[in-house]
Amino acid sequence: MQRSNTYIILFSVALTVVLGGLLSLASVGLKPAQQKQVELDTKKKILGAVMDISTYEDPNKILSLYDERVESIVVDINGDEVTTDEKGNPVVAEKVNIQKNYRFDASERLYPVFKFKNDPSSDQIDAYIFPMFGAGLWDWISGYVALENDLNTIKGVAFDHKQETPGLGARITSEEIKSRFVGKEIYEGSELVSVSMVKGEGNTGLTEHQVDGMSGATLTGKGVNAMMESYLGYYQSYISKVKSGDGAVALNQ
Amino acid sequence: MSTETAEVKEEVKKPSEALFSKRRKRIVSDPLNEDNPITVQVLGICSALAITIKMEPTLVMSIAVIAVIVFSNLIISLIRGLIPGRVRIIVQLAIIATLVTLVSEVLKAYYFDMYKVLGAFVGLIITNCIVMGRLEAFAMANKPYDSILDGLGSGFGYAWIILVVAFFRELFGSGSIMNFKIFEAIGWESFPTNGLMVDSIGAFMVLGILIWVQRSRTGYVEH
Repeated sequence: MQRSNTYIILFSVALTVVLGGLLSLASVGLKPAQQKQVELDTKKKILGAVMDISTYEDPNKILSLYDERVESIVVDINGDEVTTDEKGNPVVAEKVNIQKNYRFDASERLYPVFKFKNDPSSDQIDAYIFPMFGAGLWDWISGYVALENDLNTIKGVAFDHKQETPGLGARITSEEIKSRFVGKEIYEGSELVSVSMVKGEGNTGLTEHQVDGMSGATLTGKGVNAMMESYLGYYQSYISKVKSGDGAVALNQ
Repeated sequence: MSTETAEVKEEVKKPSEALFSKRRKRIVSDPLNEDNPITVQVLGICSALAITIKMEPTLVMSIAVIAVIVFSNLIISLIRGLIPGRVRIIVQLAIIATLVTLVSEVLKAYYFDMYKVLGAFVGLIITNCIVMGRLEAFAMANKPYDSILDGLGSGFGYAWIILVVAFFRELFGSGSIMNFKIFEAIGWESFPTNGLMVDSIGAFMVLGILIWVQRSRTGYVEH
């Protein structure tokens, strides 16, 4: 049956209004739950770099664990603390989007630092967790690298990726690969050398600054190396400030 | 609504059709087997390859697709008398897109880990040819109840195939089923996992074998 143009236009308008209204309702209604999920995801990744949280089933437990164990600050490239953005709004480390900051020049980015305490009641910081971001083989990779309180030894790492090859580059998220970084050192004397994955798998005689590579995923490994080297470099001023005792202020916060 | 009054009149004239009459059973069972959307019609291959590495995401994807097919079939069938023929494809697309967006938002809010795994593929249900194919071929010309049955049939037809593909890919590719390390459980710790199976190529091979088995069993030949 042929309908008039007026009918078609009215029908389309009505349909658009109904469907659009439905979508807006759903979006507004689900927003709080979604934000909580994103927050949980970030905090899980941060904690995942220093401890095994797979035994925690309850999301609220993870959030409260995070609240009592982790303190965070945001620093700039010079290692100075940043508390407000250019509009004067307070900066929250957990809300800093590393991926967005990656688009800016390294000197203008915000660098969150997460300080982890084994004992919530003491002032002793047991690990510093640095988020990082870089390019893998196919798309972005990101990571959280946790250093012991000597700011030299790696306590743990957690990597994420968008679409590295399953079974090859995607292995960077596996426990097996993550555990290879534990105990490695990022400084040689006073010089930052970072830690790098070597080519091939099953290598022996690795130094304190090398980890075994992933067979078939050399390029993802190179991406991880570049990411760690550049970001540890960006955090270097902050690291030396903490080491030189300037950080004592930060420690006592 | 005009469609509903028409139905009532029909029921007065002749005895109403049984809830699960032979014809209605066929609506559901045909797409499961002889007229399967994937193995016979070869629709919806894109997602069948992309999300079948492990069974858990595949299961979530199956539920999402079934929900979208069933509800879009129902909605289109309910308003089929109102849809102007000239813009029907756009109307179908708008309704599918709305449902898919809803599914994606709900996943993001309550099942975030799965949302990250499935990522863009939930959104790509919009372009899944099965959904639109059913709307155009069935829901536009049939009553709401039959359309729901048709949606269930096509949805489950899609679901069982991708679940079978995922079963073999996870079994040989990761040595597990639903993330349960099956080979370690039976004491075969050194089970060599097959890298080909976690790649899309593995999905092509499993799917190809499945189509072969299915077609030789039903005797379907492409002309």
